[in-house]
Amino acid sequence: MSAGTTKLNVTVTDVVAVNELVKRFHFERTDGGDLPTFSGGAHVVVEMRDGDKSRLNPYSLMSSPHNTRDYTISVRRDDSGRGGSLFMHNHVKRGMEMVISYPVNLFSLDLRARKHLLVAGGIGITPFMAQTAQLAGEGGNFELHYTCRTPALGTYADVLHDRYGKRVNIYYDDTNERLPLERLLASQPLGTHLYVCGPAGMIRWVRETAAAHGWPDETVHYEHFAAPQPGLPFDVTLALSKLQISVGEEQSLLEAMEAAGIDPPYLCRGGVCGQCETNVVSYDGTFKHNDHWLTEAEHCSGKKIMPCVSRFEGKSLVLER
Amino acid sequence: MGINFRQETFRDDFTFRNSPEFIRRFPFPFHEDAYMYAVNIEPHVQGPKGTVFENLIDVDEHYVAEMQDRAKVLAEDPLRCQSLPHMTLAGWDLLELLMTEQAKGYPEHFTLTRDGDRWRWINRPLGIDDTFTFGDLSTLPYGPMEYITRQSQGDFCILDQRDGNLWMDAGMVTTQADWSLDFDIGMNFFEWHAPVPLAHEKGIFTRALKFLTNIQQGKPARRLNWTMTINPRLDTSPENYHKWGPDRTTVTPDNVGDKVHLRVELQSFWRLPRSNALVFPIRCYLIKMEELVTVPKWARRFHRVLRDLPNELVEYKGLTRYRPAVIDWLSKYDDGTPTSPGFTPD
Repeated sequence: MSAGTTKLNVTVTDVVAVNELVKRFHFERTDGGDLPTFSGGAHVVVEMRDGDKSRLNPYSLMSSPHNTRDYTISVRRDDSGRGGSLFMHNHVKRGMEMVISYPVNLFSLDLRARKHLLVAGGIGITPFMAQTAQLAGEGGNFELHYTCRTPALGTYADVLHDRYGKRVNIYYDDTNERLPLERLLASQPLGTHLYVCGPAGMIRWVRETAAAHGWPDETVHYEHFAAPQPGLPFDVTLALSKLQISVGEEQSLLEAMEAAGIDPPYLCRGGVCGQCETNVVSYDGTFKHNDHWLTEAEHCSGKKIMPCVSRFEGKSLVLER
Repeated sequence: MGINFRQETFRDDFTFRNSPEFIRRFPFPFHEDAYMYAVNIEPHVQGPKGTVFENLIDVDEHYVAEMQDRAKVLAEDPLRCQSLPHMTLAGWDLLELLMTEQAKGYPEHFTLTRDGDRWRWINRPLGIDDTFTFGDLSTLPYGPMEYITRQSQGDFCILDQRDGNLWMDAGMVTTQADWSLDFDIGMNFFEWHAPVPLAHEKGIFTRALKFLTNIQQGKPARRLNWTMTINPRLDTSPENYHKWGPDRTTVTPDNVGDKVHLRVELQSFWRLPRSNALVFPIRCYLIKMEELVTVPKWARRFHRVLRDLPNELVEYKGLTRYRPAVIDWLSKYDDGTPTSPGFTPD
């Protein structure tokens, strides 16, 4: 196994409908032991065996990092996605045995910060559930700003408000409440670190606004939680393994390689960690780069691809795998 | 049963030596008859019985004497142990790791009992029996990192991970090969490796950093490094250069076997769970030349490695002055016969 993490055998101990779009899943170790301690912001990769298809999706852990009895994740149903969230919503039931990875943290708190300013949009709230639990336990100074569509879809807004009172600020789109980002960024004490998790557009807005206000890059942390997007099917030649593979509409290139018995390393499966970076030998067509790892220049070079999230359209693609 | 801890010194009269079974388990670092830098990192998994990899945190016959030597170093120079304010959580992580691994590997010597946050730690070789609250600084006599590393062989560097780099933000460093925690504290991976020759040109540090920042919980890794030391002195720090530097002029053909030591560092790399920091335990093993040559394969191979070592490395490792005498002495044990591949004795 070349994948970057150790696996855990777990049993689903509860499935809770949080609202119309979000379900929460609780996992305990199947052998009854303790789960590894983790740090706020960590995710696990959940393996879904759906007939002959297999999907591995990353989800942020949202339970308290101090709780080693059970892990919880929350999954937002995505009706137009590749089917991972639909599988979780429709097929995962209490008592099911599943395989998840050890926790991996690519969105960790900077513990030097004098204050942590947390900005969440929609289901991007999940890593902050764990981070606020960790910070509150250590007496850390934090403030959470959370935008959601409506009170009915404000996942955990009530829980967070009950736990942390005035440290939590919620903004509902349907009543035109707006996150006063510029004012917030202008009024923070020295030594504040900013964290943002939410839709790509929100992350871009927060990062650009922070940069415009002179926030150093090192103090701005973000996590893209976008799962791989579906797309047109395409064929790939794997030069080292001398294999021809086809990538299905709802399959990622990484999943297609795995189905063919190739085992590239991975940690995030979300275009962030860089582990599955693959060299392109030759191509005739267009890359659909969806990752946040390669630079703009590398995207244009046609020499590299991140198979976990990126796709290809065209006549031929040969990869060094 | 358990380990028979030796009473010995690493200073003044230098009574350190290895007993015969500990010579056989020495982590000889050369798998072939030549040496050059490489990213020689492998998974840190348990190895065969009778090797230093039998347990992931190794305790050996020098444990008690090494801990006594560390206490002396700290009494003279408290800055050998430092932890920046944001690293306390990582210190608790390290305390958990070392207590758990030592108790698991050596139950006759160490016992850890956990009842929620209430922990009891028994260290029989050092006569310690403490009950404390995990996470509560007021219940231990030192900070968590200092407490447990006064009871664990090897140096420890705790590295904060941020901005795609690693930062030397805490450590206990008393058995080092001529580098200083007090000097390096707060530096990043490239800054503290700046003095190393040849490796930068080979792009080794860039690749090594990429590997290290991706180390995951439950999947530690390791590598071996080496140098040489005159007299079995653990504390060869820049701060004490005036004490050990002159030793290098005292090597004569008659005392090579007793005075000259191969010094091997077993460096391992672990992700810490609560802090997401990395810890590098750097464990130092010493072997005298007269002990080394009791394994004929190692004698032949080390002679060839030392003879053919590039000049930059000879300089960097500080071997220039006494290397000819050692090569000459070792040549008596090298009849030119081939050596088998791999580290282990024939």
